[in-house]
Amino acid sequence: MNSCAERIYNGLIKENPTFVLMLGMCPTLAVTTSAINGIGMGLSTTAVLVMSNMLISMLRKIIPDSVRMPAFIVVVASFVTIVDFLLEGFVPSLYDSLGLYIPLIVVNCIILGRAESYASKNPVLPSIFDGIGMGLGFTLGLTCIGIVRELIGAGQVFGFQIMPDSYQPITIFILAPGAFFVLACLVALQNKLKNSAAKKGKQVARAAGCGAGCAACGNRAACGGHMSALPADEKEKEE
Amino acid sequence: MQELLLIAVGTAFVNNVVLSQFLGICPFLGVSKNVKTAAGMGSAVVFVITIASFVTGLIYKFILGNKNIMGGELDYLNTIVFILVIAALVQFVEMFLKKSMPSLYNALGVYLPLITTNCAVLGVALTNVESGYGILTGVVNGFATAFGFLIAIVLMAGIREKIEYNDISESFQGTPIVLVTAGLMAIAFFGFSGLI
Repeated sequence: MNSCAERIYNGLIKENPTFVLMLGMCPTLAVTTSAINGIGMGLSTTAVLVMSNMLISMLRKIIPDSVRMPAFIVVVASFVTIVDFLLEGFVPSLYDSLGLYIPLIVVNCIILGRAESYASKNPVLPSIFDGIGMGLGFTLGLTCIGIVRELIGAGQVFGFQIMPDSYQPITIFILAPGAFFVLACLVALQNKLKNSAAKKGKQVARAAGCGAGCAACGNRAACGGHMSALPADEKEKEE
Repeated sequence: MQELLLIAVGTAFVNNVVLSQFLGICPFLGVSKNVKTAAGMGSAVVFVITIASFVTGLIYKFILGNKNIMGGELDYLNTIVFILVIAALVQFVEMFLKKSMPSLYNALGVYLPLITTNCAVLGVALTNVESGYGILTGVVNGFATAFGFLIAIVLMAGIREKIEYNDISESFQGTPIVLVTAGLMAIAFFGFSGLI
């Protein structure tokens, strides 16, 4: 049971997909115009991630190595279709505001990345908890960005007015450019923390994903530039 | 004709795929270190998206959305079918180019595997279906989207080459300064919104 808690801690803090690994940048930037959208996107991704991790982990001894990528994609795409229909049926308002980005969960780096680097090598239960951890970490990241953008851009958080009436909202923050600026500041902040941690001699997880550039990513042949690199513990083994 | 032109200008500039729809951010941030590779990546994306929107358009028109097969109710399979078709198509294009057009392959080949699951490719295929575009309109839309990507990534690479010589504070080095640049470019692209 301890290892399950460890997986959740790993996903939420140590290898947080948004802030530490920098995976899944497209939805991160696109849907975080408000905190509630961020949560919705994060939880949808979590649902897909948990289910696909579970199924891929169950099938890991059956799927031949040479066709594993198409097999993973089919599994992920099926779950995305299910989530897409559930959202359309039960939360139509969220479905409308997320729109195109729900089917695009298929090509989210996090999901294929976890399938490739964790679920295809580990038993079912840890894989499920890995999915929960990573998914919640992603949700946390999206919600933080969403709160910052909604607060500055509309003076609200979760639709409640926070700023006094005299506050003039800086609308650009809920438009496209604001996404880039907010993320840039958050990454810079995190760089600062990492640098000071590295000076004290602590080990820091490196950005493994798309933000670090496909050219530097060891896995690109398999992933088509859309997959995370190896998890941190494997990197250490290789070194 | 005028309608096609409007769609093309609208998707290439006004709703630029990277700067306002946030599709294909990964290669945009990853492969924009110098103009030459950025142009290579951009052209490969133009090539793949144009072909992919044609093929997915055909599949939708004749199989998934066809009223004679299951009453046109197969379109819940869109996501699954499109992503597989795109992945297979990229592999096929790569093999074809390697065999019959080595010069083009040398120029684009390295970038082809990288676009297999670029979200812009699937994004365009799905947008075409959702907006009810026919095959011709879909291909024009796909080409314009990819052209917008090409413009954005080449501009970004040009700016990044200049940024190399600038003195940037330690925390902002790397990804953050690129994101700030992208934000400023997005503001600049707002200027196009008066075009249509």
